[in-house]
Amino acid sequence: MEAINYAGQTVEVNDEGFLTNSEHWTPEVAGAIAEEVGIGPLTDEHWKVITFCREDAAQQGTPPGLRRISKLSGVNMKDLYRLFPKGPGKLAARISGLPKPQGCI
Amino acid sequence: MSSTVTLEKPQTAAGSGEDRPRRQRIEHVSIICSKGTLDMAYPGLILANAARMSGIDATLFFTFWGLDIITEKRLDHLHVSTVGNPSMHIPTMVGGLPGMESLASTMMRKEMEKLDIPPVREMLEMLHDAGAKMYGCRMAMDMFKREKEDLVPWVDDVISAMDFFDKSQGAQVLFI
Repeated sequence: MEAINYAGQTVEVNDEGFLTNSEHWTPEVAGAIAEEVGIGPLTDEHWKVITFCREDAAQQGTPPGLRRISKLSGVNMKDLYRLFPKGPGKLAARISGLPKPQGCI
Repeated sequence: MSSTVTLEKPQTAAGSGEDRPRRQRIEHVSIICSKGTLDMAYPGLILANAARMSGIDATLFFTFWGLDIITEKRLDHLHVSTVGNPSMHIPTMVGGLPGMESLASTMMRKEMEKLDIPPVREMLEMLHDAGAKMYGCRMAMDMFKREKEDLVPWVDDVISAMDFFDKSQGAQVLFI
C-alpha cells in the first residue's frame, strides 16, 4: 500500500495500483492513471466504459467483469481491447477507481 | 582465480518512478488443447481469455481430440465423460448407461451458465475479438479427415507442430 499523487490529489493504492478506496476517485485521478499506463487522454468511448463500471459496481457491490462490460455498456469486446490494449480486464477497473475484478470472464 | 557473484540490481518499473523490484512478467502464453471433452475444453479457453484480459498474448493450438473444440459440427455438443472419471463420483457401470453422459453434460452446461461462463462457441468468438490467436493442428486435421472449412471462422490457420513452436517463441507453453 502506498500513497500516490494523481493530478494534485493524494490517493492510496495497493501493490497492483488499484485505489484502496473508490470514494477517493475523481475524473482527474482517472485521467492521471490512464496517462501512467500509457492510454493517454481519455476519450468519450473510454468514459462510456468508466461510467458504466462505476455505476454497475455501485449497484452490484463488485466491479463488473469484462464480459459484463461488453454486454451492458454499449462498447463491444473488440473495442474494449482497442481502448485498453494492455489488458481491459484490469485497466477498466483500475482507471475507474475500483478493485480488481474477481471473475475469469 | 576468484569468482565473485554480483547480485543483479532489481529492475524498476519503467518510467513510473517506482523503485520496488519488478517481478518477471508473463508476456505470452501458448496453450495446447488436446482433449475434446467439455470439462477439458473450458480450462484452455478460460485461461487464454484471462491472459488476454490481463494484457498477455495468447496462442491456442488445437490438436487431436482438442480439434472438436473448434469443429463447427462438434463444438456445441461436447460431452463430459462419465466413465473412467473418478471425480464424477458415479460408479463406472452406472456411468456407462445410455443417456448418462448427456445428462451429466447438460448439468455441467447449466452450472457453467449459472457462473455466467458462456458456451464454447461464444468463448471462441470472444477470444477472437480479444485478439487471441487460434490454430488447428495439421496432422490431427489429416488424421480426422477435416478441412479448414469444417472449423469455425475464428481459427487463424491450420499449422504444423513446428509452426506452433515458432509462434510460441518466448511464451509459456501449457498442455491441456
